[in-house]
Amino acid sequence: MKLVRMKPGHGDVLLAEGDPEVSEDEERLIAEFRRQLELGMWAAVPTTEGARREATMVRDFADVPRDAERVVFFPPAAGG
Amino acid sequence: MSVFLAISLVVLAVLAIVGFGPSAAERLRRHLPKRRPPRERIPAYDPGRERRAEARARELLRSVVSEDEYRMYVELGFIAVEGSEGDGGYGYLLYPHRPILAFDTRTGQLLSEYCVVFPDRSEPEPSQRLPDADDVLAKWMSLRAGERELISVANMHVPGRQVDPGQAGRDLIRLREWRARRVVRAA
Repeated sequence: MKLVRMKPGHGDVLLAEGDPEVSEDEERLIAEFRRQLELGMWAAVPTTEGARREATMVRDFADVPRDAERVVFFPPAAGG
Repeated sequence: MSVFLAISLVVLAVLAIVGFGPSAAERLRRHLPKRRPPRERIPAYDPGRERRAEARARELLRSVVSEDEYRMYVELGFIAVEGSEGDGGYGYLLYPHRPILAFDTRTGQLLSEYCVVFPDRSEPEPSQRLPDADDVLAKWMSLRAGERELISVANMHVPGRQVDPGQAGRDLIRLREWRARRVVRAA
């Protein structure tokens, strides 16, 4: 699983990567996940349903499917 | 006599410095322009960096949205998605760094503009924008994951406030033609 974040002037950056089934990796992924949420980021998990692509917003690492390839963090929406 | 006068003046000057010096210095400091604490240097606009960022953002977009939606972004400059609330029959045009435009999928009539931005307030310079493809992907994921939440955050306006309705109308025609070409090519 990869945790990536959209960044102005950079595109996406890799924050953490690991296998959530390995406890050390999981701890690192959880720590980074929480850090991003504390920074105010939104987290989305891209999913595929047949040919259709979807995304699910997650607010807790426990909500991330164990087999998810990526969690994408991005700044929260605000009225423009 | 003159020696006595000179000594008196020196003594008076010393007393004045001791007595009023600190408060005068403080007053002077208050009137001098303040030094700002050193900030992280924000690099000036760099077209090369922006282009690389957009290329990376496009790769992320490509890996998340469908092939059709990615081609739409590359070839038309926006992504059209269907709305899923209520009975449907409406869709959105997702432009980079422009409002989300709702339209009637049957008639092509423009319904409303939803002004929404994704400011990165954790960055030292919040005015820095996400690359175009990231902005479109942020809108796409937010809509897919929680259309109602995103729309409730956005400022809603009648069509024409920021996006030229003529341009949007032409984009809808381009979209229809583009989809027809894709169908022909796939057949």
